[in-house]
Amino acid sequence: MTEIQPLLVMKAIDKSFGNVAALVGADLMVMPAEVMGLVGQNGAGKSTMIKVLNGAFQRDGGTVEFDGKPWVAGSPQQAQRAGVSTIFQEINLIGYRSVAENIYLGREIKRFAGFLDWEKMNAGARTLLARFNIDVDVTLALENFSTAVQQMVAIARAVSFEAKLVIMDEPTSSLDEAEVAVLMKTIRQLKAEGVAVIFVTHKLDELYQVCDRVTIMRDGRTVMVAHMGDISKLQLVASMLGRDLADVRARGATAFNDEKHDIGGELLEAKSLSVGRRVSDASFDIRKGEIVGLAGLLGSGRTETARAVFAADPKSRGRIVFGGKERDLRSPAEAIAAGMGYCSEDRKVQGIVPDMSVADNLTLALLPALTRVGMIDEAKQREIVQRFIQDIGIKCSGPHQKIRELSGGNQQKVLLARWLCMNPKLLILDEPTRGIDVGAKGEIQSLIGRFADEGLGVLMISSELEEIVEGADRVFVLRDGKTVAELNKAEISEQAVMQAMAHGAT
Amino acid sequence: MSDLVSIFRRYGVLIALVLLILLNFAITPHFATMQTLSVNLTQVCTIVIVGVGMTLVIATGGIDLSVGALMAIAGAMSPMFFTGQLIAIPNIYVGIALGIVIPIIIASLFGLFNGWLFTRFSIQPIVATLVLFIAGRGIAQVSTNGDLQVFKVPEFQSIAIGRVLGVPFQVWIMVVVVGIAAFVLRRTVFGRQLLAVGGNEAAARLSGISVKRVKLIVYTVSGFCSAIAGLIVIAMNSAADANLIGLGMELDAIAAVAVGGTLLNGGRATIIGTLLGALIIQLVRYTLLANGVPDAAALVVKAGLIVLAVWLQRQERV
Repeated sequence: MTEIQPLLVMKAIDKSFGNVAALVGADLMVMPAEVMGLVGQNGAGKSTMIKVLNGAFQRDGGTVEFDGKPWVAGSPQQAQRAGVSTIFQEINLIGYRSVAENIYLGREIKRFAGFLDWEKMNAGARTLLARFNIDVDVTLALENFSTAVQQMVAIARAVSFEAKLVIMDEPTSSLDEAEVAVLMKTIRQLKAEGVAVIFVTHKLDELYQVCDRVTIMRDGRTVMVAHMGDISKLQLVASMLGRDLADVRARGATAFNDEKHDIGGELLEAKSLSVGRRVSDASFDIRKGEIVGLAGLLGSGRTETARAVFAADPKSRGRIVFGGKERDLRSPAEAIAAGMGYCSEDRKVQGIVPDMSVADNLTLALLPALTRVGMIDEAKQREIVQRFIQDIGIKCSGPHQKIRELSGGNQQKVLLARWLCMNPKLLILDEPTRGIDVGAKGEIQSLIGRFADEGLGVLMISSELEEIVEGADRVFVLRDGKTVAELNKAEISEQAVMQAMAHGAT
Repeated sequence: MSDLVSIFRRYGVLIALVLLILLNFAITPHFATMQTLSVNLTQVCTIVIVGVGMTLVIATGGIDLSVGALMAIAGAMSPMFFTGQLIAIPNIYVGIALGIVIPIIIASLFGLFNGWLFTRFSIQPIVATLVLFIAGRGIAQVSTNGDLQVFKVPEFQSIAIGRVLGVPFQVWIMVVVVGIAAFVLRRTVFGRQLLAVGGNEAAARLSGISVKRVKLIVYTVSGFCSAIAGLIVIAMNSAADANLIGLGMELDAIAAVAVGGTLLNGGRATIIGTLLGALIIQLVRYTLLANGVPDAAALVVKAGLIVLAVWLQRQERV
């Protein structure tokens, strides 16, 4: 009797980009006809791992064996021909071409003299899709169909390459519930046909629905491999975030002071917000002088919720009461006028105006208030900018230095000051310390605490547990776009937050 | 060494212009005359004026291909008023006033239309302004039946060839347009907001700037500048030919902006740079012509200048 040989063995994979190590001795092993979940926080190395496998990246070290033989793939196309197909988050098919054309893209069936054999291709496409119970007109352009169908077509295309392993990178992120159910069925179908699947997702429920085992990555390493039946959701979350359940770390990792600040009356109440597909029922409230943490796994709808509060994206349902009045804000400009500020998650893409000076970036939102007949009151601008540079310790050569020349931490301070100088009532901070060195991180955290002491209401989104646990006066936990828990100061602990992320209600 | 490099980056356009002038003193006959200065300035005026509008548009990350066509509309329309062709006018000054104000308003509205078209339907500015690039000249031709309108109205023509303090009046117009635009860009809130929109649209919006409003205004201003240039052209020629007014101007204006050092992706702009850029292009052409090089060859040199300017911009980004 021989043991079943694994289909894929990736061992001790290293991959660096410049000085940044993306993978450090990461492992991944998949059995034939197995559905393997692959999870981890942002930057854990999932995508890099997949790209090393499908040939988009070349590994720096380690070994890969596929189907018992050493695996060499120079490009995703080569990998596909050799039996490994990848379905990306963004479907990479051609919307304007027909379903059949997409399935046969790059290996069209030809008649004599290179003319296309449409009948054969259409018939082939129909047969292929029928295996997944999809009955569509294969001669119509792909863009006519829903995302789910497009994804099925992508999967069908992958299978038609006689794939032995299909990689799906967050395939459900743009699907609705019914479509997800269809996808799950398809994955089971693939499994029944002997095809193995690597399934990358942020949604825990999906893992338990469809996966046999799960591989958990963190900081470029494989930290755990387990059968779905042997691991609880809580263990899974703890392992993703790098927390030992028995030993929740002692306080003091962040610079938030531990004293309770004076918390005033109600400032904002959000009731049953819905935004797009990501947020379906988010409710929370913030009081004056309070730091409210908004926690949740990646993809739980935190950023979408914050943007809806700030009217950067329209909400489809729900109400927002701000300063005692129900508000129907329609643009960030209106939200700012009402007394809100919003520091976005992505400093470079949505925060700084790189070619402008520190002074202009800092006063970008305030400028309309700094004018005399349309002209900038430069004396006043200079005074405010100088005050904030000193007050919150922005390290720059002067107010006229271009912001792109500053370090990440100092850029973030300028963006914080952009809102603080407006004297807002509510400040929404989306990952305020992401990608910032430790020193600046502490400074920003204590700054947030200081302004809350002065009566500012803060809504803080963070993926870092200790930031939420130590910084927040109250925590709301989102899970799949719904508020599943509210934790008061006394109830906040890493364990409680993870519990809510994993299971929902506490 | 690095100081030298940064000086060159900062004042490169100016240095190039000065070198070009010095070169001309050395090789071009009769260069140091008022006559030469006057010829060069009057030829560059319209490019600069249109270039100013174009600079603002490009600073927001857009482009305006319709400027030449809008010049034609304004230029073709104006004589109808001051020659009394369209409506009876009580005296020539009223006619001239109408012949200046109405074309400017109409062309500005067309500019507004450009902005509306692409903010409303979120299409690329290059496509949106292509509409008027094609249709605009058609409109001008249809409204004049394609005829050349010749006129002799010295009072009107003085906006181009009249002199104040010995300097052609159109040069004064150019100086005022450049001055106002430079001031707006440097000192006003609108100027900052415009650069913010071009530099990072998402950030601008999240900072409460009405991106749409900024863009509408900028394209309207571009239409306004085109109209002024169109009027200067007909005043200079004492004739309006819808087929020729502003022909190819969009490319001259974009070239001036690019050579002047404005970032073509938006976010950084220099009005003075555009002025210098236009002067360089003009002077290069003049140098070649005055030294017996045919105009066709001058075009190749102009193209070379643009390549050089864009290359210099890329060096800076590294």
